[in-house]
Amino acid sequence: MSKDYTQLWESLGINLEKHDGLLTVLSDAYKNIYLSQKNRPEGMKYFDFVISEVHGLRIEELYEAKKNKRKVIGTFCVYVPEELIIAVDGVFVGLCAGAEIGFEEAEKYVPRNTCALIKAFMGFKLAGLCPYVEMTDLIIGETTCDGKKKAYEIFNDITRKMYVMEIPNMKNESDRILWLNEVEKFKTKLEDLTGKKITLDNLKKALDIVNKKRKALQRLSQLRSIDPVPISGLDALLVNQISFYDDPIRFTQKVNELCDELEERVKRGKGVFPKGTTRILIAGSPFAIPNWKLHSIIENSGAVVVGEESCVGSRNYRELTDENFSTIEEGIEKIASRYLTIDCACFTPNQERLDNIVELKKTLKADGVIHYSLQFCTPYLMEAFKIEKLIDFPYMRIETDYSMEDFGQIKTRVEAFIETLK
Amino acid sequence: MISLGIDIGSRFIKALWLENGKILKLKKTETSYEPLKKCEEIINEIKTEKIVATGYGRHLFAFNGDIPTITEIKAFAIGCKALFPDCKTIIDIGGQDTKVINIDEEGNVKKFEMNDKCAAGTGRFLEIMAQVLGYSLEEFGEVKVDLTNPISISSMCTVFAESEVISMIAKGIPRENIALAIHKAITKKVIAMLKKISIDGNVVFAGGCSSNSLLQNLIEREICKKLITNPLSPFAGAFGAAIYGDKIIKFQ
Repeated sequence: MSKDYTQLWESLGINLEKHDGLLTVLSDAYKNIYLSQKNRPEGMKYFDFVISEVHGLRIEELYEAKKNKRKVIGTFCVYVPEELIIAVDGVFVGLCAGAEIGFEEAEKYVPRNTCALIKAFMGFKLAGLCPYVEMTDLIIGETTCDGKKKAYEIFNDITRKMYVMEIPNMKNESDRILWLNEVEKFKTKLEDLTGKKITLDNLKKALDIVNKKRKALQRLSQLRSIDPVPISGLDALLVNQISFYDDPIRFTQKVNELCDELEERVKRGKGVFPKGTTRILIAGSPFAIPNWKLHSIIENSGAVVVGEESCVGSRNYRELTDENFSTIEEGIEKIASRYLTIDCACFTPNQERLDNIVELKKTLKADGVIHYSLQFCTPYLMEAFKIEKLIDFPYMRIETDYSMEDFGQIKTRVEAFIETLK
Repeated sequence: MISLGIDIGSRFIKALWLENGKILKLKKTETSYEPLKKCEEIINEIKTEKIVATGYGRHLFAFNGDIPTITEIKAFAIGCKALFPDCKTIIDIGGQDTKVINIDEEGNVKKFEMNDKCAAGTGRFLEIMAQVLGYSLEEFGEVKVDLTNPISISSMCTVFAESEVISMIAKGIPRENIALAIHKAITKKVIAMLKKISIDGNVVFAGGCSSNSLLQNLIEREICKKLITNPLSPFAGAFGAAIYGDKIIKFQ
């Protein structure tokens, strides 16, 4: 980290001793997993920097934003309409949920057999290790699964900052109406919080920012379809993870610069792994930062990850919001309908997800699909079985969490799967 | 031309030397707390042209030099195909992993299933339960029991099963019957895994637990098929690795 942020952390009530420990572990893991990779694009330097300052410079930026009367809105899900937050000049941040931190604390509030992502966001807060959550003025929850739904009730008792959006579980006309109402209510909530009105002008500007970010991520994804692949799955995953933290305009610019470099690589036929390396698409649960476990296992077993059919992945950028509207109401409708295209496993039925996996496998020219579910993440665990029955390409299911106990078993299974693809 | 296949399992290291495709020597030794040292001793026994490592400790070993590795899944597929040419399905119950594998005509892996991180249904589970009942591991698989006895344990978790076994002992249930219940629990787990792949053609029983005849009998009753096994079965992984090494020599 470039400077000392102790005072800032202290003012946020961060547990300094434990936080130092966390940063040391994170920095060691980053060195081992990321900086040890060969042939990394130059453009990744920016993202290395962002990670090194993930609890430093970015927190300071949020602090500055708050001083300028901007509100910080924390989220956990790709269902939260980012456009509206930006339209009221709010700052959108994904909250810490990707490491086995504070689980003992979390288990005082939630059962032991709760998914790692939920335990992590509870744990980070309870252990006093997430400066982002302390920075927020409002935290948006959503009813995507039973675990999160109930955990948010408890999280509200702890933080007093929760606002929960109701996500329908089906996509019928009545569900569309319900969701449109939820988006409208959210707009009012944000206007009340910030004292700023959403206008046609600021809504269009916000939409432009968010769509440009999605387009940059789509561009990165398309570049991964090329053989030899110009960027590792680990690096592309990191970019996707950072999309939830960074300033969206700066982020978009940096992703596009990275993509320019990758296009140059493609022209020269330069790849990060040799041409013909076995290509894997991962489908399933989200990869909250710093969850790099599965990518790291796959890419250290002689294959490359070419895509993530995941909320930290294609679900976040696949669809753009239609910018063609002339009233605020119409704009809100376009936003609501864009978010309902997301094929989260909480929906029933969810045929789109299967179709999207098949399509993504084809466009990214993946040799096989590894379905990854967090343990106790029932929606994805269930769909993993369903998908297996319906597809006709190499496929393997993995169920895991953030711990390293099963590293050996997963490595054996992943290597054996890759052996069958060669 | 000598090729050495070395299968570094969680409990035992199995080594098999092939000379011009014929088995020259076998060796089995405890993995212990110094597996690398044990491997080095094995390597120094006979001068070899090629070494291939497999098993849980393959990377530890490969890290130390230019030794190719294959997973035990591939190694068992190659080894079992060589030992039993008609084999289509493999059950491998090892120390900490249980695997079931379908192979094709050429011996390539078609489909496989493997347990995740818990020790349920593995050799480790058997070992802990044998200890609780005061059997040696060898005795445990040879216990004479009435296979039709309806006794069962409900838990597959090593920790919970142990307390269940202890409460059975406290109830005065004969230890032979408890031993049967434990073997039935493992059988159930293996059958569930087999149902996820397919119980095709000849089924080979390999891995460290393949010498357990009670387990063999119980699995046979469930799948209505004889399991094929022989004293070389625990070495199938090492054999597969050695054959793979032999192919590398020929290819070079």
